[in-house]
Amino acid sequence: MADEASIDTSVTTGEGVRRRDFINIAAVSFAGVGGAAVILPLVSQMAPSADVLAESSTEIDISAITPGQAIKAVFRKQPVFIRNLTPAEISAAEKVDVSSLRDPQTLEERTKEGKTNWLITMGVCTHLGCVPLGAGEGEVKGEFGGYFCPCHGSSYDTAARIRKGPAPKNLEVPTYEFSSDTVVKIG
Amino acid sequence: MVRLFGPLVGLFFAVALLWSFGNGAYTAITEPAPVTAEHEFHLHPKELDLASNGAFGRFDKQQLQRGFQVYKEVCATCHSLKQIAFRDLKAIGYSDAEVKAIAKQWATKATTFNPVTGDRGERDNIASDRIPTVYYAGQGVPPDLSLMTKARHDGGAYVYSLLTGYQEQPAELLKKFPDSKTPDGLHYNPYFANLNLAMPAPITTDGQVTYSDGTKASVDQMSKDVSAFLVWTAEPKLDKRKQTGWAVLGFLLMATVLAYLAKKNVWADKH
Amino acid sequence: MSFPWANEYKPGNGLTQWLDEKLPLPRFVYNAVGAGYPVPRNLNYMWNFGVLAGFCLVLQIVTGVVLAMHYAANAGVAFDSVEHIMRDVNWGWMLRYAHANGASAFFVVVYLHIFRGFFYSSYKAPREMIWLLGVVIFLLMMATAFMGYVLPWGQMSFWGAKVITGLFGAIPLIGVPIQEWLLGGFAPDNAALNRFFSLHFLLPFVIAGVIILHIWALHIPGSSNPTGVEVKTKSDTVPFHPYYTAKDGFGLGVFLLIYCAVLFFGPNALGHPDNYIPANPLSTPAHIVPEWYFWPFYAILRAFTSDFFFIPAKLMGVLAMFSAILVWFFLPWLDTSPVRSGHYRPLFRKFFYLLVIDILVLGYCGGAPAAEPFVMISQLASMYYFLHFLVILPLVSSIEKPEPLPFSITEAVLGKDESAVLNANPAAA
Repeated sequence: MADEASIDTSVTTGEGVRRRDFINIAAVSFAGVGGAAVILPLVSQMAPSADVLAESSTEIDISAITPGQAIKAVFRKQPVFIRNLTPAEISAAEKVDVSSLRDPQTLEERTKEGKTNWLITMGVCTHLGCVPLGAGEGEVKGEFGGYFCPCHGSSYDTAARIRKGPAPKNLEVPTYEFSSDTVVKIG
Repeated sequence: MVRLFGPLVGLFFAVALLWSFGNGAYTAITEPAPVTAEHEFHLHPKELDLASNGAFGRFDKQQLQRGFQVYKEVCATCHSLKQIAFRDLKAIGYSDAEVKAIAKQWATKATTFNPVTGDRGERDNIASDRIPTVYYAGQGVPPDLSLMTKARHDGGAYVYSLLTGYQEQPAELLKKFPDSKTPDGLHYNPYFANLNLAMPAPITTDGQVTYSDGTKASVDQMSKDVSAFLVWTAEPKLDKRKQTGWAVLGFLLMATVLAYLAKKNVWADKH
Repeated sequence: MSFPWANEYKPGNGLTQWLDEKLPLPRFVYNAVGAGYPVPRNLNYMWNFGVLAGFCLVLQIVTGVVLAMHYAANAGVAFDSVEHIMRDVNWGWMLRYAHANGASAFFVVVYLHIFRGFFYSSYKAPREMIWLLGVVIFLLMMATAFMGYVLPWGQMSFWGAKVITGLFGAIPLIGVPIQEWLLGGFAPDNAALNRFFSLHFLLPFVIAGVIILHIWALHIPGSSNPTGVEVKTKSDTVPFHPYYTAKDGFGLGVFLLIYCAVLFFGPNALGHPDNYIPANPLSTPAHIVPEWYFWPFYAILRAFTSDFFFIPAKLMGVLAMFSAILVWFFLPWLDTSPVRSGHYRPLFRKFFYLLVIDILVLGYCGGAPAAEPFVMISQLASMYYFLHFLVILPLVSSIEKPEPLPFSITEAVLGKDESAVLNANPAAA
């Protein structure tokens, strides 16, 4: 290579070097930018597609749920629990000293105003994502009367707050609104 | 070996081909292929000037909405559009609320199935639903229209020509091909591949659809609009594709010029 | 092997030094496509297509793997899953068009690569193995492309699968069982679609493997060049990097400009509209054609319209179509002229251009309807095709008087080569 460089002396003179180097560096940089830009579609194609995103809100009819009952619905391919609390369950939840909780929240904060009896939470344990028991007819509700996760023994109370076991957080309350007295729109 | 057998194999194929050629030529002379009515009377699509044509063209959303209305009020009786979901209509300028209303009021309802009771039922469509499949019991098989303009040569122009191409069978045709009279229940249209199709002219009278944007709904206008709409349904990403294309080509052009200069630099001492 | 004057890899720092001792991958790359690979200095732009073909393979594998994340190989949903990619998947339309047109681009590039080989007789000793491996790659590409075209499960996909597997039905006695075995049924359906998907995913990696052998075989004698005169001295060569990396970089830019113009502004221009109609086993398209890159071979297949003695026309067509490619395997031994480059072979050159025209004519006829005059034209063109390789080439090699060759590559480039003077008159030194 040594003799090749010496054939063309203009390469070694100051101005030539800089101009030529600049073009080579610019060309390689363009290639780099182009290569990096190609990554964008390759990465974003794995993100949820338009049809998946379109199903991210669900409307559910809650007229048939009597106090004390709960249903499991599906929201974003995950279970969501909709529970009509009895007055006893509400007062049990309100009696708890919030400051003693692992994830301090009152029942009011977890429900809509005037609809405190409607407890709507994701049916996904905040520990490792199992589906807790307690929504179905005859299922174990755990020692706090809410939900019980059989995977690692997390117990939730009647406001679906974590009381015992490894789960770090209360069951998540999704964004929702009441479209009417009998229909709730989740998402 | 190769030089011995090679030419033999070559001659073998050549003689076999010559034999086929001779037979073919003989048949071509003794029994020339019959000329068919399709061959003589089939027409290529008329020109159709759409806003989305060409490398710089963009969809005219107003026209797409009109075309959608024509589809909804005329075509949807028989033809499905199953690749399109109601939510997709947002791309032609409808708001969320409008899309929801369109879905709710759609004549063909979504089907439901209750896995507990085994009952089948109906419910109103919602935005995330695909436009429901239409089942057609009459004569002919109305094809799904979602991809129609990509499934035919000159797609948009073809649909437009077909819609406006219905006519009486030319006397000349019947004189030349007496057997080719349009059968009962079919309709003559020179833009259709075999000249006769089961679908009667769907757009027949001015004002068949009442456009909300005040455009005069002539037969020609409605045919154009619905063709434009079907160009969109077949390729909803057309605008984005061309937009991306220009950006990519611009970048590549600069990169290629630089690559050329760099190549010249590197080779400066070698020529 | 490499030339004795090849640059030697020198690790630049501690890390590369360490790596060089444990796993000399940088050294390998340096010697394969870096400054350690001396290449004839006179390669023209026809020598760009090897690198471009490699690029196309990578492009196809990357876009293909990504598409496979969204595609569903089931006859009930395959068509809709492709539309799902086109409409709902982020950038899905671009990835799919890139893959579909990438196949065409790959074939364009590989055809040019092959015709470069024809003209410059790149297949001649000592490079026969490179050529043979190249033909294997081409056959694998054809199989991969065919199976890929079936996956969208449109009308052409379905009927293409039916017709191509039907070719095997032409084999006497065992033909029909073989066809049913290939399809896993009596007609293309789930079983066929699923196995085609599996093989379509596998074969590109086999191709990549054979390409490595192809390049390995290339590095033994080194690249050929437009004069066909072998490298003699150091002044005949330049290091691959930076000289040919720079040239290939520019070539890649031009290639991408053309490819992207098609991808973004005419992505369906090379496809057939019928493939946007879902597969329908009860209705055959008016005019079944394969993708454009198969047209010349399809024309040869259809050229045999009459039984030849006891051989049925269908079997003759199948034999001829496969022979049309297999004959390339024998090229190094059919063309015995000692001169490689078409530049110095006046008679060969004329027949070469005739072959190019012939194959273009075959291509046109293969894409046209099976009617006159196309059938008769393709019969004559197929005849020339076989005669060219099997009769004319051996004949031309023995009767042709080649033009004088330059003494060396350096002389061909610079007009003079000092080492030639030295050799001619040692006393003058």
